Amino acid sequence: MSDRSTLLRVEHLRKVYESQTGDVEAIGDISFTMNAGELVCIVGPSGCGKTTLLKCLAGLLRPTSGLVEMDGAPVTGPSPAMAVVFQEYGRSLYPWLTVRGNVELPLRHKKLSRAERDKLVTDALTAVGLDHAARSHPWQLSGGMQQRVAIARAVAYQPEVLIMDEPFAAVDAQTRADLEDLVRELHSSRNISILFVTHDIDESVYLGERVLVLSKSPTWVQEDLAIDLPPERDQITTRALPRFTQLRTHVYDQIQRAKRGQAVAPQAAR
Amino acid sequence: MTTHPERIAVTRRKPGVGSRIAASFGYALGLPMLLLVIWGLVATRSTSRFFPDPLTIFEAFVDTWVGPAFVEDVLPSLYRLGLGITASIVIGIAAGTVIGLLQWLRELLEPLLEFFRAIPPPVLIPVVMLLLGITDTMKVVVIVSGAIWPILLNTIEGVRATDSVMKETADSFQITWWERLWFLVLPAASPRIMAGVRQGLSVALILMVISEMFASSAGLGYRIAYFQRNYLIAEMWSGILLLGLVGVFLAVVFGLVERRVLRWYHGIREVNRV
Amino acid sequence: MRVLSTRRLRALRKALLGVVGLAGFLVVWQLIPTLGLINSQYLPYVTDVAARLFEESLDLAFWRRLGSTMTSWAIGLAVATFAAVVLGTIVGLVPFLRRATHTMVEFLRPIPSVALIPLAVLMFGIQMQAALVIIIYASFWQVFVQVIYGVADVDAVARDTARSFGLTRREQLTHLVLPTALPYLMTGLRLAAAVALILAITAEMVIGNPGLGRMIELSRSAGDSVGLYAFVVVTGLLGLAVNLVFRFVERRTLSWHQSVRGEEAR
Repeated sequence: MSDRSTLLRVEHLRKVYESQTGDVEAIGDISFTMNAGELVCIVGPSGCGKTTLLKCLAGLLRPTSGLVEMDGAPVTGPSPAMAVVFQEYGRSLYPWLTVRGNVELPLRHKKLSRAERDKLVTDALTAVGLDHAARSHPWQLSGGMQQRVAIARAVAYQPEVLIMDEPFAAVDAQTRADLEDLVRELHSSRNISILFVTHDIDESVYLGERVLVLSKSPTWVQEDLAIDLPPERDQITTRALPRFTQLRTHVYDQIQRAKRGQAVAPQAAR
Repeated sequence: MTTHPERIAVTRRKPGVGSRIAASFGYALGLPMLLLVIWGLVATRSTSRFFPDPLTIFEAFVDTWVGPAFVEDVLPSLYRLGLGITASIVIGIAAGTVIGLLQWLRELLEPLLEFFRAIPPPVLIPVVMLLLGITDTMKVVVIVSGAIWPILLNTIEGVRATDSVMKETADSFQITWWERLWFLVLPAASPRIMAGVRQGLSVALILMVISEMFASSAGLGYRIAYFQRNYLIAEMWSGILLLGLVGVFLAVVFGLVERRVLRWYHGIREVNRV
Repeated sequence: MRVLSTRRLRALRKALLGVVGLAGFLVVWQLIPTLGLINSQYLPYVTDVAARLFEESLDLAFWRRLGSTMTSWAIGLAVATFAAVVLGTIVGLVPFLRRATHTMVEFLRPIPSVALIPLAVLMFGIQMQAALVIIIYASFWQVFVQVIYGVADVDAVARDTARSFGLTRREQLTHLVLPTALPYLMTGLRLAAAVALILAITAEMVIGNPGLGRMIELSRSAGDSVGLYAFVVVTGLLGLAVNLVFRFVERRTLSWHQSVRGEEAR
């Protein structure tokens, strides 16, 4: 939180898919910036193209038009500055590798000594509390633990920004609370910049320093909301704060308006 | 899972209690023993010359195959079989990976490969004989020409069907080409590849026997046909028994390799079943 | 609309590439003897083989041979399937039998059926029965093993549901066990059909009972390479037809079941 320079800049991003019934404009016009060390949540009604946006940011999809800039350089493909945590942990971890092998895999082509590599892996596994499971295989673990492995893999990669695509959508509620705290913990203790995509309003308010509310498809940024909750957050006390409830209600209303398509695009976006 | 979120599932191991071992031993050998006894009783009473009793076959087995015949007939056959299988696996996987990764090549070759797969492998024996003459190379080529198709086609299918999220993961972490091949494409295709190898093995054994029955003056297949033509019934049976043993040996070796290569695959299935 | 056409274009491209591949193969085949890379005595011109194929297709004797091959194929497959379904269902349903027969199956299954050719010849001479022994032995295991898998694969929840609603044994068999096992049976049938064809033709080659395989062997010993290649092509087409038909039947019966079954029975 010391350095607040611009890390990620998105300008007039647009993505059109070709489909059987004709062209579908998934993303209309999205612009925003993200500073280094920030934790930004992106929330929107279901089917608003969150995953599409994220894939464009990560360089996995080519946008139809517009610009994604990382550290001032345009993103044209996957970059070592970003690491993605996918929603489908079961398909994103390789079942034939051990937990350790999965975390280590992306580091193999980085020019690191064996010892440095081992240290990064051990360190990342400890950070997510899975050092005891390093030699297991992912499918021997519960869903929440598997998603932690995916997070450890991303952390060990030492990216400048961690991109998380609805990472906790497929785990149960209790595990989910633990994982949310893990994300907060990684953010505050390691000062990692995180872009967190979710469809869960509570989650976005609880986690984020900023929440971007997306409109329904074709998508634009309907609101850029600063979350002025104290940085030390706690599942019980933070969620009980009146301010939390206010922000939550506000985002909820925005989403409802977005669903009905009532919100009008701001001038700049047209 | 909700109640034990930190639990690591462990694949189950059978408890090694003595009585259980004895029971599974009984189950494993009971029926074969019973059948052998029945066979022996029937064979001693009936007049059919074609079914000698098990003891006679066993004696013939020892007389026929233990000794120089093992070196002259069995070893060369097994050597050619091993060579043919190895070549089929290596070529099949290598070519299958290339074809599976390149869509245009796949579409170009697909109908052709379907046709070659559909040719009953033994009819290739006369063709290869015509092209290469009656040599040892010909016998190996015959084995490859039949055993390669299931391996090749299964590899193509397995490589093509690599999971999209797994591919995106590799993309997003900028895994290099070799790492991608070694850590993603081949392991992901391995269940399919192993299924192909299993089919290839049985084809290879069939072709080894037939090619020797057809065009040889030595080897297992030739020997068995020779015994039959000369009405050496017990010896012929001992040959059938030996071929059976070779088949079982191949199946056991394959089973061991498969269990090792696909440990993760069977592990997932076991965890899902619980 | 534009997208629909790109889809169609893609399908067209695929078909076109396939035809190009096939044509390319035929051209290369024609060029090899033309350029003298291999003597046309060993690798005849593709045009000669095609002409021979056409000639044969006008000959009634050819169709009779094809008929006898397919007859032994059909009888063998039918007998093997029937035996395998009956025995497989019984063994699959009774845990005691499943355990007791396990070693026997694991030992008998890998025995290459061609090893039985000499025995079959001794017993039946050069008649169709000799070929049938081998065809039935080989294709039986394919179906038998699949049926055992299929019967054992009945979902535990579905079984409990059936019990809790008080279905009788007979009802369980017809409404639960057989529908579960059907896709496996179809897979086994597809594999068995291919194996049965291979062995029908192999038996004719080695034993000498009338059929396509015998024609291949006769062409070889007579040095008639054009005929040899023509008959090999015919067996390939036959194999292709068997594969396509059984794959189609399998897909039709499986359409509702595919997601449940996974990759078990490849």
